[in-house]
Amino acid sequence: MNTQEKPLFGSVEPEVVERIGAAAGDALRKNRRLAVIGSVPILLAAASAEAFADGLPQQVVDVLNYALTLEHFEDSFYRKANGTDGLIPAKYRDLFREIGQHETGHVALLSWVLGSAAVKPPKFDFTAGGKYPDVFSNFKTFSTLSSTIEDTGVAAFKGQVLNLAGSPVLQTALQIHSVEARHAGSVRVLVGKPGSDGAFDKPMSKSEVLEAVKPFFV
Amino acid sequence: MTFEQRYPRRTILRWSAGAAGILVCGSMLPNFGISSALAADLGEGDVAILNYAYALEQLEAAFYTKVTDHPFKGITQQETETFTEIRDHERAHVEFFRKALGGHAIPGIEVDFSKVDFDRRSSVLAAADAFETLGVAAFNGAGPLLVNADYLAAAGTIVSVEARHAAMISALLHGPSSASAGKGHVSSKGLDSTMPPSKVLVQAKPFIKTPLTAASLK
Repeated sequence: MNTQEKPLFGSVEPEVVERIGAAAGDALRKNRRLAVIGSVPILLAAASAEAFADGLPQQVVDVLNYALTLEHFEDSFYRKANGTDGLIPAKYRDLFREIGQHETGHVALLSWVLGSAAVKPPKFDFTAGGKYPDVFSNFKTFSTLSSTIEDTGVAAFKGQVLNLAGSPVLQTALQIHSVEARHAGSVRVLVGKPGSDGAFDKPMSKSEVLEAVKPFFV
Repeated sequence: MTFEQRYPRRTILRWSAGAAGILVCGSMLPNFGISSALAADLGEGDVAILNYAYALEQLEAAFYTKVTDHPFKGITQQETETFTEIRDHERAHVEFFRKALGGHAIPGIEVDFSKVDFDRRSSVLAAADAFETLGVAAFNGAGPLLVNADYLAAAGTIVSVEARHAAMISALLHGPSSASAGKGHVSSKGLDSTMPPSKVLVQAKPFIKTPLTAASLK
């Protein structure tokens, strides 16, 4: 697994690093509430065997497959929710339809870039093994989970920025990243949270993200 | 807008005579600002990008400071909380860039909000929406221009907060909705907008009195 090794804020002034670090700690603690015990997921292992996608370095291919995996997760989540009668109140239907369309677009785009190196869509259990049994029947459960998933998505993309530095796909990744943040801001407001946890959004490493989403993967 | 209310010039941060980068506009340099004898030169390379972001953050911080100092009639508690939260984030971003730039930081810019009617909710929210929209596109366009990966990572912790702000402002206008999720700014592929510095500075120009010059920014 391709983990983050470079220091994030190496050349930025120490007091700034410290402040960002403190905000980061809070964000991480919140995200870890999703984490459930279990073994290390292997969902990305299959893709690592592929050599290159359209001449992209293996590191970039790995990042894109990781991103595609998370986008499949989001896309499936909203497809199921948007297709479930009576779950989403009328006034919020256009919000979740819009979000769902974006996630579908991300899946299509990443799949196209990766070509034959693209991971297959995983299978999901959005109840997380029974932890959220009413995820598609109780709007509160669904929207709360949605806000956490979007926050995690933002942090996940942010965590891969350094792995994409200098790559032609960096621009695209940034343009997906900020869309996820718009989603996160919207759904957080809907569930009554502040749109942002602070002035600086903290990245999450790949292993942290996979740990957090693992309960949802079959 | 039914009338235009003019405010006296306002200097956010005092110009520092000793600060690097004050120069007389040369005809060789692109001048993105109003003609004036004095200009703030953004510098070159990553310093220019960081100064560019610093100028935009100053603009946003000054705007929200004005909004919270001069609330429009009938402002709701949610609106006050949102504006205050965003103001504090923008101030933290300003500080971040000021410290990161150290001696390379441009002086405080002089802003012009005469086009905004701070007594009218619609005018304030339209301006806020425009600033956040521009901010997201600007950061998305600036990221790939950064050479130092640490700066890229740091900018990444800010851009998603700007996107969250965009959602929060949009939610004040339309509620959590397709608009707050990015409809109108996000392409059919689910990609957010991106804009190069030269275009962003043209859009920001009506609000910035200080001419900003940057030979290296395209």
